[in-house]
Amino acid sequence: MACVETSSEKWEMVIGLEVHAQIVSNSKLFSSASTKFGAAPNENVSLVDAALPGVLPVINSFCIDQAIKTGLGLNGDINLVSIFDRKNYFYPDLPQGYQISQYKHPIVSGGYIEIEIADGSARKINLERIHVEQDAGKSIHDQSAAKSFIDLNRAGVALMEIVTRPDMRSADEVSIFLRKLRSILRYLGTCDGNMDEGSMRADLNISLHRPGTELGTRAEIKNVNSIKFLVSAVAFEAARQIEILESGGTVEQETRLFDGATGETRPMRSKEDAQDYRYFPDPDLPPLVLKQSRVDAIRRTIPELPDAKTKRLQQEYDLPHYDATLIASEMEISNFYECALKTIKSPGKDEAKTLANWLLGELFALLKKHDKSISESNVSSENLAALVALIRTNVISGKIAKDVLEIIWDTGKHPAAIVQENGWRQIVSANEITVCLQKVLAQNVDKVAEYRDGKEKLFGFFIGQAMKETQGKANPQLLNEVLRKLLEKGE
Amino acid sequence: MHTLSLHDIKCGLLNKKFSSVEITKRFLGRIEKYKHWNAFITVCEELALQSAQQSDQRISNGTARELEGIPIALKDLFLTKGIKTTAGSKMLYNFVPPYESTVSQKLLDAGVVLLGKTNMDEFAMGSSNLTSYYGPVVNPWSRDKKLVPGGSSGGSAAAVAGYLCAAATGSDTGGSVRQPAAFSGIVGLKPTYGRCSRYGMVAFASSLDQAGSLTATVRDAAIFLSVISGYDEKDSTSENRAVPDFKSFAGKSIKGLKIGIPREYAVEGMSDDIIDFWKKGGKILEEAGAEVMEVSLPYSKYALPAYYIVAPAEASANLARYDGIRYGFRAEGKSLKEMYENTRTEGFADEVKRRILIGTYVLSAGYYDAYYLRALKIRELIRQDFSSVFQKVDLLLTPTTPTSAFAFGEEPKDPVTMYLNDVLTVTANMAGLPGISVPIGLDKLGRPLGLQLIAPHFMEELLVQVGSVLEKEANFPTLGEAM
Repeated sequence: MACVETSSEKWEMVIGLEVHAQIVSNSKLFSSASTKFGAAPNENVSLVDAALPGVLPVINSFCIDQAIKTGLGLNGDINLVSIFDRKNYFYPDLPQGYQISQYKHPIVSGGYIEIEIADGSARKINLERIHVEQDAGKSIHDQSAAKSFIDLNRAGVALMEIVTRPDMRSADEVSIFLRKLRSILRYLGTCDGNMDEGSMRADLNISLHRPGTELGTRAEIKNVNSIKFLVSAVAFEAARQIEILESGGTVEQETRLFDGATGETRPMRSKEDAQDYRYFPDPDLPPLVLKQSRVDAIRRTIPELPDAKTKRLQQEYDLPHYDATLIASEMEISNFYECALKTIKSPGKDEAKTLANWLLGELFALLKKHDKSISESNVSSENLAALVALIRTNVISGKIAKDVLEIIWDTGKHPAAIVQENGWRQIVSANEITVCLQKVLAQNVDKVAEYRDGKEKLFGFFIGQAMKETQGKANPQLLNEVLRKLLEKGE
Repeated sequence: MHTLSLHDIKCGLLNKKFSSVEITKRFLGRIEKYKHWNAFITVCEELALQSAQQSDQRISNGTARELEGIPIALKDLFLTKGIKTTAGSKMLYNFVPPYESTVSQKLLDAGVVLLGKTNMDEFAMGSSNLTSYYGPVVNPWSRDKKLVPGGSSGGSAAAVAGYLCAAATGSDTGGSVRQPAAFSGIVGLKPTYGRCSRYGMVAFASSLDQAGSLTATVRDAAIFLSVISGYDEKDSTSENRAVPDFKSFAGKSIKGLKIGIPREYAVEGMSDDIIDFWKKGGKILEEAGAEVMEVSLPYSKYALPAYYIVAPAEASANLARYDGIRYGFRAEGKSLKEMYENTRTEGFADEVKRRILIGTYVLSAGYYDAYYLRALKIRELIRQDFSSVFQKVDLLLTPTTPTSAFAFGEEPKDPVTMYLNDVLTVTANMAGLPGISVPIGLDKLGRPLGLQLIAPHFMEELLVQVGSVLEKEANFPTLGEAM
C-alpha cells in the first residue's frame, strides 16, 4: 500500500473520482442543437437549451446508446429502467434553473477498470455508477468590469458522470486510472477525452488516515481539468490535510476549488452551506426503459479494448508485455501498428517485434521531435511496414533504414523508391565484399600485421574502412564473416 | 349569429350564410363592447381580419379546412409566434414567443381565425381568475354582483359564455378548464393526459397539465378535441394513439352504459342545489337507458392535499427559469443574487410565490419523504381506485364544483378554502383521466352549475356520448340572444 511519509508519521491516502466525460454525439442530450466545439458564443443554442417557456426535453437516443456502450466497456451493469431527475439550483448559465441528471436510478451501476501501477502489479478500481446528465453553459466574467456574459453553447450537451469508489491510494494511481479510462472511452468512441476542450473533467474526493485506523474526513476538490492538475491537486491537498492532522486538528468536510494557476485548493463551501438540490423525477420525461435486445446489440459493437488487445498481442506475436501495453494504450497507436502488420504477408513474431521496435523507437522519436501525435504522423503505417520488410529481407541495413525513415517523413515517398534513388541497396554479394576488403587490407598492410600480433581491436577499424568504401551499404553480417576469413587465411 | 355554436358557425360559413370576415368583425365588436369583462389580454384585430379574408377565399374556392374561418381565442399560456404570451404574469409582460405551440399550430392549420389571447390566473394558479396580473375577469352571468368566471381559464370561459368567440382553448392542471366551464354555464373538456401535446404551453405542473377546450356545446368540444389531439414527438409524455372522430359520438345512444356515482364526491359544504342537480343528472342518464349505480373511490379525500404537494413541487422547478436573465421581466440589482431576488419578488404575485414556496419546501431534504414521496404514493392509490372502479362502470358522474361562482369580494380569504374549489376535479388530473363539465342548470341565485363526467384513459368519446345526453335533457338556459 502506498503511503505518504512525513518526518514523524505515515499516512494513507484514499481517493475517489467523479469524472465528467462529454458524450461523443452530433447533437445535445435533449435538443437537436449542434455540439461542435469552437462555435461563436450562443451559436449552438436551441429553444430547449435556452429554456424558453413551454419547451420540452426529448431524449437523444444516440447519447443513451453511447452511455450503454460505455457501461458495457467498463464492465458495469446496464439498468433497463433508469430515471432522469431535476437537480435544482439557480445560476445564470443554467437556463432551466435545474439540471436534468440521474440521481437514484442511474443507467449504469458498478463496473471497474484494472490498472497497472508503477511496481507492475495490477489494481482494480471499482466504479460506483455512471449516469447521464446535461452540461451547463459558461459564464464569462473577464470581458467587462460591470457585466458577465453567458455562452449557452455547452448548455444541454450530454455528459456521463463516471463515479469511482474510493479505491485509489496515490496521485500516481489517479493519473494511471484517468489515462486508462480515457483510453477505453476513446476505443469505445464515446468520449474524445480531450481535457483541453473540457470534454473530460474531474472532481476528486480525498482523505487521509493513519494506516490501520478509520478513514478520515474527505474534502471534495472541484474543477481539476488536466491530469497534471489532478496530480498537483492531490499533492497539495495531501500536504494540507496532513498538516492539519499532525497538528492535532480535524479536516473539515467541504468542497474546495482547485486553482490551476497556483496549484492550490481553496475553500468553496462548507458542509453547512451545501446546496439542497431538491432532486425529483423530471415529469417531462417518462422513465427511460431499455430493451435487453438493444443492450445486446450495442454489446456486439464493442471493439477489442486495451487489456484484451495487450493480451492478444503478447500471445499472437510474442511481443514483450511492455511493448504490447504501450501499443494497446492508445487506439490510434494500436490501429497504426495493426494496419502496418496487415500489409506484411503472413507476419511472424520477428516481423512483429521489429515493427514494434521501429514504431515505439524510431517513429516515436520522430513524432516527439516534430511534436506530433501518431494520427498526425507523416509516415504512414504502410510505409513503416515496407521499411521493416526491407530491413527483414536484408535489402537495407538498420543504419540506412534510419536515414530512409527520415526521408519518408520529409517526402512521404515509399521506402523502396528512396533506397532505389539513393542506391542504398545493401551489398549482399560475397565476391563484391571480398574485393572491397582485399583492397582495404592491401592499403593497410601494417595494421594487418599489428592485428595478427594480437591487436584484435583493429577488426573494427577494417570494418569501418570497408563501410566507408561501400558508403555503408555492405551487409554487416557478411562483411564480418568475409573479413574474419580473410584475416585467418593469412594472406 | 354570434350566439351560434362552433358547429353552427361552421355550417353557416360553408353554406355562405355569412362570411368569416363578418363573423370575425362581429366578435371583435363584442370584444370591444365587453372590454370591461377583461376576458382578453391581447386582441389580434388586424391579424384576425387578415386570416378571416384568407378563410373566405378558401371557403369560396373549396379548400376549406376543418375549422376554416371560425374565430376562436387561446388561453394566454399557449405560445403564439410573434404574439405576446404572458401566462397572466408580470414576469412575461413583454414576452413575444419565437415559436408556436403544437396545439395552437394544429388549430391554425385547421383554418381558425385567432381573435386573441385570453386572461387567466397567473401561471394558471388559481380558481377565480383573481390572480392575473392583468386584472380579474367578470363572469358574463353577473347580474347585481360581479361574479368570478372561475379559473384558471377564466378569460376563455367568459369569452365563450359571453359570445366573444366561438370556442377557446384552456389548460387544466387541477380543474382549470372544467371549473370555469361550470361557473360560466358552458362545456369544458379536459382530455386524457398525453392526448394533446404540451409543447409550447407555459408549464405549471408538467405531470398534470393538459390542454382542453371551452365551448358552447358538447359537440363543439368533440370537434375541437379532434383537431387539437395527437402525438407530438416534441412532447415525450404525449401518446401515440389514433384520434377518433369524437363528434360522431354526440347523440349516440347510451343504452346499457354503466354510470358510477362515487359517494365520496358528496363533500362537506356542497350546496343543496348541486346535490339536487347531481341526482337529476343520474335520473336523466337512467331514463336514457344507462345503468346508474353508487360506487366508491376511497382515496378521493386525499387527492386534494396530495395535489397541493405534487403540483407546487413541479411548479417550483418549472418556474425557476423565470430568472430575469434571458427574457421577460427583470428588476436590476447590485449583485446577481439581488437581481434574482428583485426579479422574482416583483415578477410573481402572492399566489405564485406561495406555491413556489410550498413546492420548494416539500422537495427539501428532510421533508421530501414526508410530503412529496407520500403524495406520489397517494397518487398511485388514486389511480388504482379509478382503475378498479372502471372495471365495474364505464364512467363516473359527479358535480364539477361544490358551489356556484362566487362574487368579487366574497371569495374565500384563506388559500386553503379557495383550493377546495378543485376538490372534485383534481382526482382526474392526479390519475391522468379525461373529464368534461356540462352545464346542468342554475342555482337559486341564478348562477350556473355543471356536472362532471370522468372516463377511463383515452375514452373521451364516452364523455361526448354521455355528455350530449346530459346536455340535451338538462335544457340549460344559455345567456342566448339576450347578449
